[in-house]
Amino acid sequence: MKKDKLIISKKNFSSRLIVGTGKYKSMHECAKAIKLSGAEIVTVAVRRVNITDKKKPLLMDYIDPKKITYLPNTAGCFNSKEALRTLRLAREIGGWKLVKLEVLGDKKNLFPEMIETLKSTEILTKEGFKVMVYCNDDPLMAKRLENSGACAIMPLAAPIGSGLGIINEINIKIIRKQTKLPLIIDAGLGQASDAAIAMELGCDGVLVNTAIAKAKKPFQMALAFKNAVIAGRQSYLSGRIKKTLFGNPSSPKSGII
Amino acid sequence: MKKKIKIKLNGKLKTINNKSTIFSIVQKNKIPLAKVAIELNQEIVDKKKIKNINLKNNDKIEIVHFIGGG
Repeated sequence: MKKDKLIISKKNFSSRLIVGTGKYKSMHECAKAIKLSGAEIVTVAVRRVNITDKKKPLLMDYIDPKKITYLPNTAGCFNSKEALRTLRLAREIGGWKLVKLEVLGDKKNLFPEMIETLKSTEILTKEGFKVMVYCNDDPLMAKRLENSGACAIMPLAAPIGSGLGIINEINIKIIRKQTKLPLIIDAGLGQASDAAIAMELGCDGVLVNTAIAKAKKPFQMALAFKNAVIAGRQSYLSGRIKKTLFGNPSSPKSGII
Repeated sequence: MKKKIKIKLNGKLKTINNKSTIFSIVQKNKIPLAKVAIELNQEIVDKKKIKNINLKNNDKIEIVHFIGGG
């Protein structure tokens, strides 16, 4: 397992768990949960600096971008123009080129707006960004994103923050079969076993925020997700047995007294 | 008395001295320059050049940074 690395845009990561930094009670809680999760990549949002309250703690003071890879997102963007503006600003903060593109379609279900997402992927790739793309669990669209230069395909398990787990395993399996790009389940996971299932389907990683941040015990859940991702990956690599309809005894049939 | 101009800083209306630079706004608001990006009228500004950028009436500045998000 030592050499089993997650490779995104030629960069190696030991952990296959990516975590979000939103929804925590405090920066301190967020930083501790990230540490426990073992994640080496965290998603971050781009927002206005609070001019009136200068004492508000800064994310960078709690999570060192030199030690943890920041993955700027475009959460809250509903069209290509907003998403491009956000990521160009993110790059300007300090050279971030590896980004998570997320263009939403509507405020209620938070499903991705795939036409705008596709358009943005093309433009960002041309500008030198390495684009990890939040998308529907639609194999055809995943293919188009790949052809547009995406560096990772990140289909949803279920709506963002819903905690429903993977709704359409078949589609995830089809996407897995068709792409060599990193396949990362993004959004909708509710508990650690959901992450294990994603990994057993052959995904390269999972991205989790709400399920950890809003768990009753976020630290324990961070650890649970860490272990589930490792277990799921090991299980996938181990080659599972075939399913059969009938029983098959585990003890020898001969020598029975 | 110095001439005053009105600008918008992160959506908030501010009255400042005419010919103030973006750098003076950053300094006045104690903004950690290394951790932010700056836009002037929707165009990204090179942080190295902000000492030389004088503000005009109705300019819109956006200063952003990273916060927690999923």
